[in-house]
Amino acid sequence: MYPSRFRYEAPRSLDQAIDLLRTGGGEAKVLAGGQSLVPLLKLRFAAPELLVDINNIPGLDYHRVDPDGTIRIGALCRHADLERSTVLSSGQPTMAAAAPLIADPIVRNRGTLVGSLCHADPQGDWASVMTALGGHVVAQGADGRRSIPVAQFVTGPFQNVLAIDEIAVEAVVPAPKGTVAGGYLKLERRVGDFATAGVAVAIETSGELITRAGIGLTGVGGATIDAVDAAKALVGRPLSAESIGQAADLAAQAARPRTDHRGSAEYKRHIVHTFVVRILSRITESAERAA
Amino acid sequence: MTQALDEIKIGGLGASRKRVEDNRFVRGKGNYVDDIVLPGMLHMEILRSPMAHARIRSIDTSKAWAIPGVRLVLTGEMMATRNLAWMPTLSYDTQAVLATDKVRFQGQEVACVVADDPYIAKDACEAIVVDYEPLPVIVNPRQAMAEGAPLIRDDKENQHDNVVYDWEVGDRAGTDRAFEQADLVSKLELHYPRSHPSPLECCGSIADYDRSTSKLTVYMTTQAPHIVRAAVALVAELPEHMIRIISPDLGGGFGNKVPVYPGYVISILASILLEQPVKWIEDKTGNLISTGFGRDVYLRGELALRKDGKILGVRMHTDADHGAFFSDAQPSKFKIGLMHSAFACYDVPTAHLTARGMYTNKAPGGVAYRCSFRVTEAMFFQERMVQAAADDLGMDQAEFRRLNFVRDDDFPHRTPFGFLTDSGQYGKCLDVGLEAVGYQDFLRQKEEAKKEGRLLGIGISVMTEPLGAGNSREYDILGIKMFDSAELRVHMTGKAILRTGAKSQGQGHETTWAQIVSHELGIPAEDIVVEEGDTDTAPFGMGTYASRSTPVAGAAVAMVSRKIRAKARKLAAHLLEVSEEDVEWELGRFYLRSAPDRGVTIQECAMAAYSNMPDGMEPGLENVSYYDPPNLTWPFGCYIATVEVDPETGVWDVLNMVAVDDCGVRINPMIVEGQIHGGLTEGFAKSSMQWITFDEEGNCIGSNFMDYLIPTAWETPRFELLETCVPSPHHPIGAKGVGESATVGSPAAYVNAVIDAVAHLGVRNIDMPLLPDRVWSAIQSAPSG
Repeated sequence: MYPSRFRYEAPRSLDQAIDLLRTGGGEAKVLAGGQSLVPLLKLRFAAPELLVDINNIPGLDYHRVDPDGTIRIGALCRHADLERSTVLSSGQPTMAAAAPLIADPIVRNRGTLVGSLCHADPQGDWASVMTALGGHVVAQGADGRRSIPVAQFVTGPFQNVLAIDEIAVEAVVPAPKGTVAGGYLKLERRVGDFATAGVAVAIETSGELITRAGIGLTGVGGATIDAVDAAKALVGRPLSAESIGQAADLAAQAARPRTDHRGSAEYKRHIVHTFVVRILSRITESAERAA
Repeated sequence: MTQALDEIKIGGLGASRKRVEDNRFVRGKGNYVDDIVLPGMLHMEILRSPMAHARIRSIDTSKAWAIPGVRLVLTGEMMATRNLAWMPTLSYDTQAVLATDKVRFQGQEVACVVADDPYIAKDACEAIVVDYEPLPVIVNPRQAMAEGAPLIRDDKENQHDNVVYDWEVGDRAGTDRAFEQADLVSKLELHYPRSHPSPLECCGSIADYDRSTSKLTVYMTTQAPHIVRAAVALVAELPEHMIRIISPDLGGGFGNKVPVYPGYVISILASILLEQPVKWIEDKTGNLISTGFGRDVYLRGELALRKDGKILGVRMHTDADHGAFFSDAQPSKFKIGLMHSAFACYDVPTAHLTARGMYTNKAPGGVAYRCSFRVTEAMFFQERMVQAAADDLGMDQAEFRRLNFVRDDDFPHRTPFGFLTDSGQYGKCLDVGLEAVGYQDFLRQKEEAKKEGRLLGIGISVMTEPLGAGNSREYDILGIKMFDSAELRVHMTGKAILRTGAKSQGQGHETTWAQIVSHELGIPAEDIVVEEGDTDTAPFGMGTYASRSTPVAGAAVAMVSRKIRAKARKLAAHLLEVSEEDVEWELGRFYLRSAPDRGVTIQECAMAAYSNMPDGMEPGLENVSYYDPPNLTWPFGCYIATVEVDPETGVWDVLNMVAVDDCGVRINPMIVEGQIHGGLTEGFAKSSMQWITFDEEGNCIGSNFMDYLIPTAWETPRFELLETCVPSPHHPIGAKGVGESATVGSPAAYVNAVIDAVAHLGVRNIDMPLLPDRVWSAIQSAPSG
């Protein structure tokens, strides 16, 4: 498989990279982990004139927690870094659950969370996770930085709101106000397969009551789905069989799956329902165990 | 007294010797077609059809010709001027090399470009403008047979429908009578979906025509180099002695590299036209959408049963989807291959099979993928029908099988379809498997689990299969009989080179063939080098597929070794100054019967063959053997899977997988186990996730490894391997084929296990692959689901 001809640049600073993107005039693509872009190049589904490789730019491969609890993930932080992260395993259960389910170990060694958000594949796992967490993307352009909520960052299949000379430099999970809980479940035919369906749930509780909830759905629509109504059904009350059932019903209604070789639309909707119930029931069970 | 040689220590029969070829493979030093670079070599790329069925209005190649570095652009029209637009297939049909009139499947070869590098060739392919007029598309046999269906093969005179063949075998009247007398008739309809062998290395060739010597050398990914040489001689009308086919290291084959593909033919023509070497390397999508696939057969099966469980008769009807050209690479005179080997392990009085083949707008082929010419489908259908029949009778799965097995003392046994099985111990094989899996205990666990709402299931599959085509009476390719060959040359120091007409694609011939020589002559295996794949140096043979290497070429290796031993005996008598009758043989040594301490080694005999031969004896110690087996070999096996099905999601997990294989005498047990591991994994893949399907427009879903799934170590279950050993009665060392056994036998075990888990809800069948959504919807729509 031989890609079309392209120019390759590997700048050493963000300013240079942004400059190159501007001169590329919309025909340039940023190369970070390359786990989606390179296959597209080989298949000639993508034929950019310029590749701007950001791997030589220092200071982008971090993930950390600010003192207030905000989690920041740099543009060159690999999935494998997140999979092994004690930051996530000790404090961010939704992300910790998703990290080992991203693609396969080989992809996880190279691919990046920020790159996955930019790629905006409706079957991408991180977009649902970040949607559930109310995260945002920090984009840097010639005029400085701006912050875009993930739910608005992705506009459709393989589409995001970045300007042609903007680079997504960081993903941010806002500091929680209560106790966090959550999970991510994904049905795949095989390790490394795209999700038949996936569900990300993130909640915050204060005492018995849920103070914030987010539910993101993977692979059951033209883009990542923010199941707003399902999440709302959980807020302001304790978790119960009744509220779990309502949230699951509403999440299944929010799904817009299509029948394909991974499964029927009806089945995928059923899986969304099942996974919402499973994630929330496990939260209830572990709370009961702790009590 | 001299110490007798330890056969295992010298790497003889039964030694789990490490594979000698792996030394270069694991170091990245293998030499595959794509590794070969010749001076002045050009690169070829094929333009494939995006449409499944369309008339070609025009092809404009002017933009491609205009790209710097492009040396040649070929279309079907230009091939036709050399009478090469079409080529014969191994099933006596024709196949388009480059399309002239219309395209008949997505991925069909339409044009090709030869250029200075592969990037330019690819760019130039994209610059070719083809004007297609879309035609209605047929993607399954039902559509192909429908009233008013478009005619796919309008190129063929006298072809007025989409039927490839209508064929039958067995006793129709006798079978009808058996069904009239039956207490119960068990019916089942099944589909064995299309799959693809997907060797990691795709197909490719480098054609190198040298005008000065008139010699054509082709490096090619082929499992059967001599057949290709014959085909090229016949199709391209080149003299056979001026054609040299070299099949270097192969990155897997599984049947995919038996047919002759358009890419090979075009690269040869391009090299002849340009007088430069031309390399063609297929990409993964090209391989998946255009080359030899496996299966795609629909079954209507019926068993006539007596109420005590005895099978009285078998009726089968199959509809096979052959794609656009009938290009099955199989050597039998039977149109549906060895489908009628079904029920060979059961004592069935009468049987009848009707088989219809249909053209569709899909890639051609049908018997590739580790199946021994549709034995895979035969045994899957058999064991699914057997399970359904046992359920219909309310009988225990194991007991029903045991009741109907051919008895151990009933050999040779003529099957109702006419095969002659020569040995087997099916009951014992089943018992070994049942004990290993803890059958009765599992049945109790299953009932306990049901009370908690958990679904456990157990699936059994027992079969015997005909492996190792041929014999020459019944099997041939283009008239060439299915024998095979070995040539052994023992050097003066007792080291040796062995060449055979087979061609390893990962089977480990370099290791195992040396072990057979070692067993016959006592020469340490490490002293024997094995070479295959070069038609200028190897003796004529039919190649490696259908698990035929050990049954045929392996037998030839034993036979040629015995010829060498016979000559060495004369040399030994000469050295010992006695007559030949006074000489005895033990491994690696001849000795005097009357004085066992006095002897000479095989190495001393080898030296004498070049330095001290008796008067009148030809010097040298080499020979060749062509072996025509008296029968197929009949390995048998029992595969038992236990599973748990999640009723909420339809996801199922394998709890245990037990395989009991009887392949007779094992040359290298480690390699046999590797073959079985691979086969069990492929069986798991097909039953759980793997298929090539098509949408209504004939677009291939499964054109890359994101959609066509190969299981990883993560989801592949653990296997427990066991064996019994009934040697083949006719093979020189008692060995039988094994390469395909687990691929053939295991799919039914996995499927039967899942069906067993949900049968009480009223589920009778779920077609492969048993994706979670299919299992879930089967449960949902079942009477008690």
